[in-house]
Amino acid sequence: MATLSDERFDVAIIGGGVVGCAVARRFALAGAKIVLLERGTDILSGASKANSAILHTGFDAPPDSLELELVKAGREEYLAIHRDHGLHLVQTGALVCAWTELEAEKLDGIAQQGRSNGVAGLNLLTGAEARTLVPGLAQSLCAAVEVVGEHVIDPWSAPLSYITQAMALGAKVMRSCELLSGRFDGDWELETSQGLVRAGAVVNAAGLFGDVVDDRLGLTPEFSIKPRKGQFVVLDKAARSLVPKIILPVPNEITKGVVICPTAFGNVLVGPTAEEQEDRTRATVETETLEMLKEHGSRLIPALRHVPVTAIYAGLRPATEKKHYRVVSRPEKRAITLGGVRSTGLSAALGLGQHALKLYSEFGVPLAAPNEVPHVQVPNLTETEERDWQRPGHGEIVCHCEMVTRREIEAALTSPLPPGDFGGLRRRTRAGMGRCQGFYCNARLAELTKGHFVEPLAVSGRT
Amino acid sequence: MPHSDVLIVGGGPAGVAAALSLRKAGVQRVTLLDREASLGGATRHCSHSPFGMLEYGRLYFGAAYGRRLERDARAAGVEVLTGHSVASLDPDGTVEVSNAEGLARLSAERVLLSTGARETPRSARMLPGDRPVGVLTTGALQSYVAFHGLMPFRRPVILGSELVSYSAALTCLSHGARPVAMIDTHARPLARAPVTWFPHIVGVPVRAGVRIIDILGRSRVEAVRIEHQGTLETFECDGLLVTGNFVPEAALLWQAGHELNLRSGGPAVDQNGRCANPRFFAAGNLLRPIETGGWAFREGRAIGLEIARDLRNPPSDRSPVTVTHDEVVKLVVPNLLRRGQAPSPGFDRFQIRFQKPCRGRLSLEVDGRTRWHRSGTWLPERRVLVPMPDGVEGSHHIHFAFREE
Repeated sequence: MATLSDERFDVAIIGGGVVGCAVARRFALAGAKIVLLERGTDILSGASKANSAILHTGFDAPPDSLELELVKAGREEYLAIHRDHGLHLVQTGALVCAWTELEAEKLDGIAQQGRSNGVAGLNLLTGAEARTLVPGLAQSLCAAVEVVGEHVIDPWSAPLSYITQAMALGAKVMRSCELLSGRFDGDWELETSQGLVRAGAVVNAAGLFGDVVDDRLGLTPEFSIKPRKGQFVVLDKAARSLVPKIILPVPNEITKGVVICPTAFGNVLVGPTAEEQEDRTRATVETETLEMLKEHGSRLIPALRHVPVTAIYAGLRPATEKKHYRVVSRPEKRAITLGGVRSTGLSAALGLGQHALKLYSEFGVPLAAPNEVPHVQVPNLTETEERDWQRPGHGEIVCHCEMVTRREIEAALTSPLPPGDFGGLRRRTRAGMGRCQGFYCNARLAELTKGHFVEPLAVSGRT
Repeated sequence: MPHSDVLIVGGGPAGVAAALSLRKAGVQRVTLLDREASLGGATRHCSHSPFGMLEYGRLYFGAAYGRRLERDARAAGVEVLTGHSVASLDPDGTVEVSNAEGLARLSAERVLLSTGARETPRSARMLPGDRPVGVLTTGALQSYVAFHGLMPFRRPVILGSELVSYSAALTCLSHGARPVAMIDTHARPLARAPVTWFPHIVGVPVRAGVRIIDILGRSRVEAVRIEHQGTLETFECDGLLVTGNFVPEAALLWQAGHELNLRSGGPAVDQNGRCANPRFFAAGNLLRPIETGGWAFREGRAIGLEIARDLRNPPSDRSPVTVTHDEVVKLVVPNLLRRGQAPSPGFDRFQIRFQKPCRGRLSLEVDGRTRWHRSGTWLPERRVLVPMPDGVEGSHHIHFAFREE
């Protein structure tokens, strides 16, 4: 097999999800020469493309767990860097809602655990008090815990900004690049679908393929991935004013349950389900389940019944046979595995980056931090801040539902990491994400993106 | 802030016709906004004529029609502002727009909403399966063809049995794509013969009363799986064309908090096209998905005259009575009535649509008396017209009742 180049990297990161992107940034900031290998045609094409976009406080994370530590560290770093990166957040706060007396009895424990997790701003409310905060909630609400510090963020621009900053520091991103095998003889020689890659260490952030990648690297996997599917319904922006806060259920042992969540883009989403399955790539939506989610949302907030559905999606979470994160460091092999990052990956990603760097420092390979930290700003897609369509010279509005301008689309297509597929463009700009789902803009987008995507929108010109 | 007598949002047939009749009635400052680069609305990329006849082989008639509308509007002295997206509507008639120069605010004595309708996409129908590239609506397909000379697929499955579904099949065939099948969830087609013969004539398999079980495809659509009469069938294809099931393009109104008719999703209007907020009027397919371009044009023209009349007085302060209806009825237009005002031409009959196919007796009850009734089989997406009884606008309870038979 041909060697891709004589280039040797300090660290190869397997997986361009939110965790891989955050790890790449942290290592690049520490001075490591990075290569990131992503199997999909764009970053964020696995578990990271479908989540509920909440920046968690960690109030409900398992006490004294690595997950809690990293969610808190990740959140803290996000709050510290978000302005510099052009990332915005909406401090909605959340309500953990009890709909039965039995659930209400658990609220005190939830608040206490939250406080012992070091989270401030937890308030026990009566049903009536909670309904003053979210007047649309059904009368049957018994009681709630308010979690003031929960935020919603843009789940795709954040990792994009991490990897863009890493790239500004020289990191190389290889997409459509699947890891096939790896050999360690003091240095890693990675066989990929695009040739050999040489690196001093590997970080496995392969999400749904975490165990497979460990196996391919010749590391005995310490866990096996049990994909857990989550389906979501996205409601029209008309719903946003009805859902000013994240509406959480009282969790059970298996799942955090179905959330009704405002998004940073001004929609409301209802989901996810938690469905075990074998398939690691196929996440289908099912009509009955989507209807059930819509019905669930309408039961809790009755006015949602009349709000149309904008989008539907499903994602897979890389759960394992255990509930907690599966982080393994193998200094003798210079390998770190960040596995089992199931549902808090977006919140914990920057924390996982810090943690991985700490584990790497125990390998005894010195890194020299660069002199300058490049300034990276991603375009704002959050509704609460000024968008491009509100500024002069945007060319035209291409996607009317999400008010996406031609200038934004052109900027994405010429950015350091342009979208590799239509999904990538949607995540970078929101084009086609709105209520008409491309009725107006799809053809224009086909025109604007000609020659840019692995799977083009148009199959050909007129015959 | 630029001020007009009338601001019209949406330059399709209804909006342009209203602008023309306003100018003809002597209204000075008529401003027509459209977010696209040219006027015409949906007719620009429609493959059937704006007067409701299928024009086989004349696919760009719609675009030419749009150009004529634009010429007429400009010649009549209408201020035509294309490339202007309305971002918000204030209750006092102030409108925020975005154009290439940035944001601007415009105001007017009256605002006419004529934003039209669009098809229900795959998501809102909650169709199951993967979410690959290649699932589109007819509107999107027609834009590919009409504006960009592109095709999004070669072998699509077409979902739907409305007029637009057959029009979509025709567009495919005339642009080198071969529909693999036409499928629909309804047991009998929503369009009427002879249009429904079309797939049989050109040899495209038809399946009615199906349920879509799965859409397969990793990056692009590879197959659609259906259940048909108790058996499973898989169509290999490279696209799924989701047609029809039009809904009003009423997002602006949702956000502005106007009183909507929630079932149709469009605004509630009285017998003169006036909304609950009397500064606002509405016309065209925004009210009632869908009628032909010709219908929308005539409706716009009538409402334009009504607005010209209305401008002589302050906005109406009469509170309207709401026309109610049983569940099975999807919408009634007009669905408000204001006392003491004769209905405009075109609004002198109630336009009704049904939610689902059903058989039974539809009756109009006015203040407890049955003023009209008819029994029969009713299909969704079919036009139903009920004459407005004399003096109905002075009554207190107007209700459309349905009894299954």
